[in-house]
Amino acid sequence: MDFNDTPQEAAFRAEVQNWLTANVPTEAELADMDYIGRAKLWQKKKHDAGWACIRWPKAHGGRDASAIEQVIFNQEESKFDTPAGIFAIGQGMCAPTMMTWATEEQNQRFMPPLASGEEVWCQLFSEPAGGSDLAALRTKGVKDGDDWIVNGQKIWTSGAHYSDFGVLVLRTDPEAPKHQGLTYFFLDMKSPGIEIKPIRQISGGANFNEVYFTDVRIPDAQRLGNVGQGWQVALTTLMNERASIGGGGGGVNFDSVFELAQSVDFGERPAIEDPSVRRKLADWYVQEAGLKFTGYRSMTALSKGEIPGPENSIGKLVGAPKQQDMASFALDLLEQAGVIWDEKLSERAGLFQATYMASPGLRIAGGTDEIMANIIAERVLGMPQDIRVDKGIPFSEVPTASS
Amino acid sequence: MNFEFSDEQNMLREQAQSFLKAECPPQAVRTVLDGDAAFDQRLWQKVVDMGWTATVIPEEYDGLGLSYLELSVIAEELGRCLAPLPFSSSVYLATEAILAAGTDAQKAAWLPKLASGAVIGCLADSEANGHLTAAKLTTRYAQGAITGVKLPVADGDVADFAVVVATSDAGPVLALVDLNQPGCQRQVVTTLDPSRSHASITFEGASAELLGEAGTGWIQLQQLYNRAAVLFAWEQVGGADTALNMAKEYALGRFAFGRPIATYQAIKHKLAAAYVKNTLARGNCYFGAWALSTNSSELPVAAASARVAAIQAYYYAAKENIQTHGGMGFTWEFDCQFPYRRSKLLSVNIGSEAIWQEKLISAIEAQRAA
Repeated sequence: MDFNDTPQEAAFRAEVQNWLTANVPTEAELADMDYIGRAKLWQKKKHDAGWACIRWPKAHGGRDASAIEQVIFNQEESKFDTPAGIFAIGQGMCAPTMMTWATEEQNQRFMPPLASGEEVWCQLFSEPAGGSDLAALRTKGVKDGDDWIVNGQKIWTSGAHYSDFGVLVLRTDPEAPKHQGLTYFFLDMKSPGIEIKPIRQISGGANFNEVYFTDVRIPDAQRLGNVGQGWQVALTTLMNERASIGGGGGGVNFDSVFELAQSVDFGERPAIEDPSVRRKLADWYVQEAGLKFTGYRSMTALSKGEIPGPENSIGKLVGAPKQQDMASFALDLLEQAGVIWDEKLSERAGLFQATYMASPGLRIAGGTDEIMANIIAERVLGMPQDIRVDKGIPFSEVPTASS
Repeated sequence: MNFEFSDEQNMLREQAQSFLKAECPPQAVRTVLDGDAAFDQRLWQKVVDMGWTATVIPEEYDGLGLSYLELSVIAEELGRCLAPLPFSSSVYLATEAILAAGTDAQKAAWLPKLASGAVIGCLADSEANGHLTAAKLTTRYAQGAITGVKLPVADGDVADFAVVVATSDAGPVLALVDLNQPGCQRQVVTTLDPSRSHASITFEGASAELLGEAGTGWIQLQQLYNRAAVLFAWEQVGGADTALNMAKEYALGRFAFGRPIATYQAIKHKLAAAYVKNTLARGNCYFGAWALSTNSSELPVAAASARVAAIQAYYYAAKENIQTHGGMGFTWEFDCQFPYRRSKLLSVNIGSEAIWQEKLISAIEAQRAA
């Protein structure tokens, strides 16, 4: 048991380090650009040198690299201050779905510009009436000659406003049972009839959008899978969503709260000397270390060319509530000053306040805590699915709040 | 990255699992729990014959000279079947104390016998309610003799010798005491987990031999706890998995309101939470095993992390296992009581959750100050 790279992995890591050191964009290179421009510049640079989407086939703009090489690249890239990406959904979720279900011709057209960052993709799944119960979606697709005509509304679409293409699931047969009346497509986000409205979040940001469809036409050639097979195709996307959203990274962590507890007083002494503070910190350390070492076990499996075990599925369910609880605790340590959210006045430029306000979203996006617990119970422990009252009846007869 | 047990170690695990499945079914735990025997002597002999008591003892003392990774595997499997054996006392504590501080003569005298199972050792540290501190020690060592009362001593009724924590003119000491001598009075005490026996031991000028230098006893004890904590944690994680599996199996077969209770989210989420805790604990145990096997300076942090996570995981799985079983889980007839009892025994032995949380933060502070 050790933490060392194999000689091959070490050589690869060195190659990555060398390239990153020489090529991570300087501040001057990025001056006068917005975050979209910065992200695209960095992605293009990586792509031109063969370091974009390295797991993908070379024909699709990748490098034919192994899973462990991808992990090594990500580890090394995270050590640099690189422009934040806007490609995670397109490259991490849309692309695997396209590569599984689209024609080779389509992939040769769409994958290289997705890898290079020249085209951005989004995912149009959730709807006002279908979040955790995604298959309850109602946006309608009706066949009209060689096209489908789309009417309805999607919600929580990250990056819809700067995306060139998107993947979406439509209800194409309301008389079929819920999961069987769905069909999956990809579409041009500049198609006539699409209207995008940003959603203002409680955290102050507006990363998500509502997307309205009014008589939008999608060519049947952009259908992925058979008519009525949309749920199966969507599962490909969702499996990749849960693999790509880790939880843990960024935001408040053990170090930041530990250091805060050293610097603020609790009564007459530093908070870190209070036993109740120490016990809480110990619990969070143990969770963080547990996730880290569970990750190392998964990496070991990848390194041996094996598929990691199900233990990886706990990351988001542990990481998101932990962030929320730690941020809340940090604000309590700050006492009355904890309410101040001001870049200049707040500790760490407002990290604790920002995490407090952002963490409710982390517990919902990409599968709520409750859905993640169901997934662990069902897919890892092998427990049965919940009883469903909407099973086996036409979707049009499923009870809803409005009916 | 090679953060996994080797193929040979995994083979050892498979071998241990099939051996214990046959030799230590729940009925074996029940027999000790219900009966007069202090432990399962037949199983002990077989475990000794497998060489498990000799795992990390060097070959020059008739041991197998294997690493703490092998011992971790064995600990997890013994924990998984809740083996009613004095293994933790004899192997993780007594053997470790002698390996760490024994003179050549002491090692030659005790290690071959510990390896062969000819003797059983134990640790006599606790004296009264509450956490033991060096200042509170009342058991005294002077001029080769020890006087005082130790309560409770895990496996103290069946052990042949004890590593006794005592105070002396030079400060705290560890002392080796042969328990089969007139100056030692032993009395069995009833405990929460009768599948693991405990005793009170009264020393009345019993002859004793220092283990390590006089005055270093408290530091030695903390190091011993750190090493043992990793192995205890592996036992706890093994037991926590058993409790989770018991709950799952029962939930799949038990119907209420016309369907298996395993279809209710209240049950599914409870067991998912147990899985999460067990997985986090296992991750920490891996790091503990690595730190122990490499004698890393990170052992204090690694041991405390493994210990805290394992205590929490086992307690949660054990109590929610009973809850999942409903009324039947509360009956003597069902086996849910075993992990519930054992989880508490293992969590207070060598120091409880709050103590290890404190040790963890202290160790992190020390690491960062360095």
